Amino acid sequence: MNKINLLKPDLNNLYTYMYSAYFLIFISILDVFLNAFFSINITSFLPSFISFVLPLILGLIGLHFLRIEFTGIKNLDLLNKHINTNNFNAFLTLIIVFVIIKSIPPILSWFIIDANISGDTKDACTGTGACWTYIKIWLRRFVYGMYPNDEQWRINLSFISLLGLGSIGYFATEKFKKYLTLYYVIIYPFIAFLFIFFFISGGPVFFEFSYGIIAFAGSIIVGFFIPKKIKIWYFLSIPIILYISLKYFFFYEESIDLGKLDGFNWVETGAWGGLSLTFIVSFFCLIFCFPVGMFLALGRRSGLPTVRFISIGFIEFWRGVPLITVLFMSSVMFPMFLPEDFFMDKLVRVIIAISLFEAAYVAEVIRGGLQALPRGQYDAAKSLGMGYWKMHILVILPQALKLVIPGIANTFLALVKDTPLIFVVGLLELVGMLNLAKTNPEWLGFAMEGYVFAAIIFWIICYAMSKYSYNLELKYKTER
Amino acid sequence: MNFKLKNILPQLITLLAVILVFGFFAYNAQVNMENRGIEFGFGFLSQESSFDVQFSLIDYDGSHSYARAYLVGLLNTLLVAFIGIILSTILGVIVGIARLSSNYLIERTAAWYVEFFRNIPLLLQIFFWYFAALRALPLPQDTEPMFGVFFLTIKGLFIPSFVWENLDIFIYSVIAAIISITVIRIYARKLQENEGKQLPVFSISVSLFIFLPLLTFLIGGVSLDLSVPELEQMSNTSFKYKGGLGIPPELIALTLALGLYTATFIAECVRAGIQGISKGQKEAAASIGLTPNQILKLVIMPQALRIIIPPTTNQYLNLTKNSSLAAAIAYPDLVLVFAGTALMQTGRAIEIVSITMFTYLSISLSISVLMNWYNKSIAIKEK
Repeated sequence: MNKINLLKPDLNNLYTYMYSAYFLIFISILDVFLNAFFSINITSFLPSFISFVLPLILGLIGLHFLRIEFTGIKNLDLLNKHINTNNFNAFLTLIIVFVIIKSIPPILSWFIIDANISGDTKDACTGTGACWTYIKIWLRRFVYGMYPNDEQWRINLSFISLLGLGSIGYFATEKFKKYLTLYYVIIYPFIAFLFIFFFISGGPVFFEFSYGIIAFAGSIIVGFFIPKKIKIWYFLSIPIILYISLKYFFFYEESIDLGKLDGFNWVETGAWGGLSLTFIVSFFCLIFCFPVGMFLALGRRSGLPTVRFISIGFIEFWRGVPLITVLFMSSVMFPMFLPEDFFMDKLVRVIIAISLFEAAYVAEVIRGGLQALPRGQYDAAKSLGMGYWKMHILVILPQALKLVIPGIANTFLALVKDTPLIFVVGLLELVGMLNLAKTNPEWLGFAMEGYVFAAIIFWIICYAMSKYSYNLELKYKTER
Repeated sequence: MNFKLKNILPQLITLLAVILVFGFFAYNAQVNMENRGIEFGFGFLSQESSFDVQFSLIDYDGSHSYARAYLVGLLNTLLVAFIGIILSTILGVIVGIARLSSNYLIERTAAWYVEFFRNIPLLLQIFFWYFAALRALPLPQDTEPMFGVFFLTIKGLFIPSFVWENLDIFIYSVIAAIISITVIRIYARKLQENEGKQLPVFSISVSLFIFLPLLTFLIGGVSLDLSVPELEQMSNTSFKYKGGLGIPPELIALTLALGLYTATFIAECVRAGIQGISKGQKEAAASIGLTPNQILKLVIMPQALRIIIPPTTNQYLNLTKNSSLAAAIAYPDLVLVFAGTALMQTGRAIEIVSITMFTYLSISLSISVLMNWYNKSIAIKEK
């Protein structure tokens, strides 16, 4: 038997140290565990302060005994290397473990054990835990806002079809892959707008604008079969002719009563809300802010002084002010800047405001990517005889955008997290609806449940987005 | 000729478009204001505001002017920003360093902290602290004091306040200490450059900083009293604290949420900064015989700070701008007092919103000008 020095554990007495250490650590964790889960204090015979810190001391001694280098036992070596390198680390490790053990029972009981989900009224919530009944009853409001109950299928249908249309990219064959950019940048947002306008909003089927849409869409479809030679003339003349003929001959105003033929019941934007509004606002802002930001970034790097200074001024202005004042501006100041008889919907104003605001941030991110490209890329493109736009679209932007995927993803995340701010203009998305529900006299006192619910939903959305961007970054990573 | 036209034409078009848009807006604004009988001007700022503000750092009530209300709001905003910046810096640096810890559990905890608080909207966090967490606190009459002097109640946090006598002398002594420390530092640097001797600058500075102000207590006639808040019964059910310093729950919720949220971003900046220093730097410093402390102070930190400071300042700016969310929980900051109440009362949308935006804009721009100057001064000078 070798001599045992308690201050310096060594390999010779490995098993003595190991088992005594395991015993001590087991005791200390058992003490905390029993205390947390069954509120039994097995060391109650000691003075209260000592009884409080005893598990910590026992654990520290145990971990100290364990700290032996090169034991040859794989798990033990890993343990020593990762969480038990010195006394300070051992102390932090123990604290974290104890806090986790301590916090499991209250969290578990609040979320599940003492929580209620049955029943339809506040009286069903008798436990001390969360009242999920509240979430259950208000779920429709949290998802759809004040949207009428029997019309909510319209939102579902639009979202499902938009999701389906959005996922086309995954199933596209090689032949159609080259049209994907065009599809996602122009056609898809347009379809999305139509869905929102006709389905969710229930706008009139025929109004001034819809003739233009029909004329435009029709002529593009026919345009595919027109010989290349006369294509320009075709696109210059036919849409206008079609528009005029549609408006004045086929659907003569008197016969259809412009703007009166509703497809669905009109639901004003003030009634929209909840999670669906969060999605609508973020979706359109995402779509609009990206191209605007791209142009601003190009403008800021442009050689033309006027363009550059206007871009700089624009970017710095939006980046310098908080979003909440921008929304204030869009709600109280912007109407003053419009002609008196001109009405612009609240939601549209908000989407424009957020898009312009985020566009400035996107612009700065993209500028970073543009600056990171070596000059050689520009020179090479120019030497091939490419013009400004050709060079940027074919050579510069694809590389620059690839570089700034993380930055853009961060901006988009910020955008999604900023959508709750639209409460300033009276639009109530998820967080706004929570605040409304909280003040309902029949459901007072459940603020916590609501916020936890919203936090979980937002967390899932944002976390998924950041993981997706990380994958995207890996996918498009190219060796330089 | 052709070349010039190619350059000038797009510029002219952009300029024209911008001028047209602005002209259109200005024309409409003029017509609208004429119709409503409002005249553009800032004269309203000197009018009596006749509204009260819950919490203000300077003397203010309804008889003061709108300009004073603006100042109250601005100071409240700056207060939130200041506390939030301190809180987020401390927390952010700790979490950032923890993310680099060799201890797996600590690294994971820090990572989860960052992932958790970063992915939840700030407004939601503010609401959570204000409406859910702080509302669960006890009423003043049921509150048990913490350490005997702090009272955390539903009405806010009540802490003891300092009652100074001859505060000015104390402040002079602090200033004197700072000046003498600077002088000593300069002298120490010269001494090291010329003769290679090193003075224990740090301990000298600390002792000076403690000793000089202490001296004023002993001989300068400065005295310090604590005024501990005491519960006082106003009527049957209403209680109030007397003495001490009351911090309203709005301020607590706001600074807590801002601090916790911004700390995640600062933590990432700190981590990136320290990771950005190559291992070779540390090894090289060690090989020329610097002590670990010197390595950190003379080699690692100067280089890491160069990477850390610019994005961190950006985060400070974001925090200042985000403090405008105060309006959501009725903390009287610039947006709520000025762009909210004052705007409702006067109806001068254009002037008030522009002043508010301009204030934030000038804060941001002045900080970014400072940042650019700083970046230039610390940039590695390449030949």
